[in-house]
Amino acid sequence: MSIKSYREATFDAMKEEMIRDGTVYAIAEDINGNGGTHGRYTGLGEAIGDPGRVIDAPISEAIIVGSAVGAAMSGLRPIVDLRFSNCIPCAMDEIVNQAAKSRYMFGGQAKVPMVIRAPDGILKMQGAHHTDCLEAWFTHVPGLQVVVPSTPAEGKGLLKTAIRNDNPVLFFEHKKLMAMTGEVPEEDYTIPFGKARVVREGRDVSVIVYGIMVSRALEAAEKLAAEGIDAEIIDLRTLSPWDREAVLASVKKTGRAVVAHEAVRQSGFGAEISATIAEEAFGALKAPVIRIGAPFVPIPMAPNLEDLCRVLPENIYEGVHRALGRQSDR
Amino acid sequence: MKVSKEQALKFYETMCLIREFETSVKHDFLNGEIPGFVHLYIGEEAVATGICAALDDTDYIESTHRGHGHCIAKGADVDRMMAEIFGKKTGLCKGKGGSMHIADFSVGMLGANGVVGGGYNLAAGAALANKMILKNDRVSVVFFGDGASNRGTFHEAANVSSAWKLPTIFVNEMNQWASTTPYETTTAVKDISDRAKGYHMPAVIADGKNVFEVYAAAVGAVERARAGEGPTFIECKTFRVEGHFVGDPELYRTREYVKENAALNDPLTWFDRTMTRKNGYIDGVIEPQELEAVRAAAKEKIVKAKEFAMSSEYPDPDQYTADLYL
Repeated sequence: MSIKSYREATFDAMKEEMIRDGTVYAIAEDINGNGGTHGRYTGLGEAIGDPGRVIDAPISEAIIVGSAVGAAMSGLRPIVDLRFSNCIPCAMDEIVNQAAKSRYMFGGQAKVPMVIRAPDGILKMQGAHHTDCLEAWFTHVPGLQVVVPSTPAEGKGLLKTAIRNDNPVLFFEHKKLMAMTGEVPEEDYTIPFGKARVVREGRDVSVIVYGIMVSRALEAAEKLAAEGIDAEIIDLRTLSPWDREAVLASVKKTGRAVVAHEAVRQSGFGAEISATIAEEAFGALKAPVIRIGAPFVPIPMAPNLEDLCRVLPENIYEGVHRALGRQSDR
Repeated sequence: MKVSKEQALKFYETMCLIREFETSVKHDFLNGEIPGFVHLYIGEEAVATGICAALDDTDYIESTHRGHGHCIAKGADVDRMMAEIFGKKTGLCKGKGGSMHIADFSVGMLGANGVVGGGYNLAAGAALANKMILKNDRVSVVFFGDGASNRGTFHEAANVSSAWKLPTIFVNEMNQWASTTPYETTTAVKDISDRAKGYHMPAVIADGKNVFEVYAAAVGAVERARAGEGPTFIECKTFRVEGHFVGDPELYRTREYVKENAALNDPLTWFDRTMTRKNGYIDGVIEPQELEAVRAAAKEKIVKAKEFAMSSEYPDPDQYTADLYL
């Protein structure tokens, strides 16, 4: 183990995979000039001994993603970086119609192994065009896989799986993660998709989260523990596929569920989780599922307004109290 | 450009096969035997034929929703193509693609595309892969209509193909009609290939009924691409004889207009007329009975393809979830 930032851990994942497999290449705007957004690619070409596999793209998201689909169908494994999740809509046809459907539509002839990295979430006052959390959109599209890592070690293992995986993968990384540090194993490891991680075991309530929200849930759990409330925290890791069994097992144990994400609450992935719990674990519920997400507005720039859109440990803390309070009202 | 008589007959064979295929599909669709939605390539046969004749099996093409002709010209098996259009499990895509999403990766046909202008970026990506990473000399062709040339994707793919000298060949099928809209309603340029200039890309205009002219343009573009000199734009002036789709009432144009332009632009009658007398494309001539024999063989092949499709079964119900993920 060594202590690394998320940026370093995911850099290592790319470096190791690109050295291991000559068909992996990375393409993005400004990838060489300033190492891509957040400097996540600085020195990658030299580190793998093959600068030709780190390609500076024009500001043309459709060709960046579309060319990756064509290259993947020709036998390569592209890593695409879209800088900000809000650049994704410029390449929606390429993702939703081409990458997602080619394998199925062509009866299994095509293979589209590619990863689209997309930093997202509120950092500081970047406003509505650089901040959205759009993961739920892509969980609605058969053929895509959606990953939302939560720590440096998780990021490394999940990114390696995404690169080796033969399907198109959307890889959403919260901007707050980039500088986060943590213990990262030295050895080569991958993390399977569709297997949630129980981050903290608990008796009283299941807190189901992913991405940056995992660390915020842990913070909330500490405060709750001081009050004698024992929260179980589940990190979904991947949203498509997602680990329904782990969620249902936890909710059946605790009888209460709080679901939280930074994405807008309306039609967020929390709705899918809540509905699944209602359908399949209704009898075990002691209280309604509490769903936490951002309000239904584009993210405003003014710092005081932006703060109102954040989902922070205190929101999860309050959510748990609501889950418990409703039960005590009965 | 002169070719051998064998090569000329091969062109004719491909064009007749496309014409017979499309005629059969039209008949069977109107009869209610073919499900879904079909767009025919009748009148444009010389374009796919001339372009694909200049390619190897290992080269790639990206096709359009009017893609049967491209698929046949690239060498796909017509039995499995027909089965696909009928939605049968013996089809190239096991019945899941149908006419608008037909593909045969075994011959480098990376797919028709239901999204107009959806193919450019994929073709440029295959070109990028082959030139920049795999370092071989395979080329990628993208076919597109005059309507699709107005998509932004054309410009994004043209820009990188030229900037990185990718082996992408842009083949514009200028068939005068963007769905039901005459191209000049939405497009200021008379020649779509004018747009190549903006990307420092050489452009050639070919007479789309003349398979030899199309072939010559393709040979030049392929040579340039394989030599690492970058993309070429080939504009083929042609005419869409049928409606946008089979069943289109064509309220937007007159029968006389269609009849006149179909006759003026038909690649098969042009070929018959040109080859049966002294010409600049082959040494000697092709006898009318030789042409008739090719036509008859194509017809027979398509009759058999339909029999194959009709006698095949629909996919097993348990296949509806297959081939989604690996």
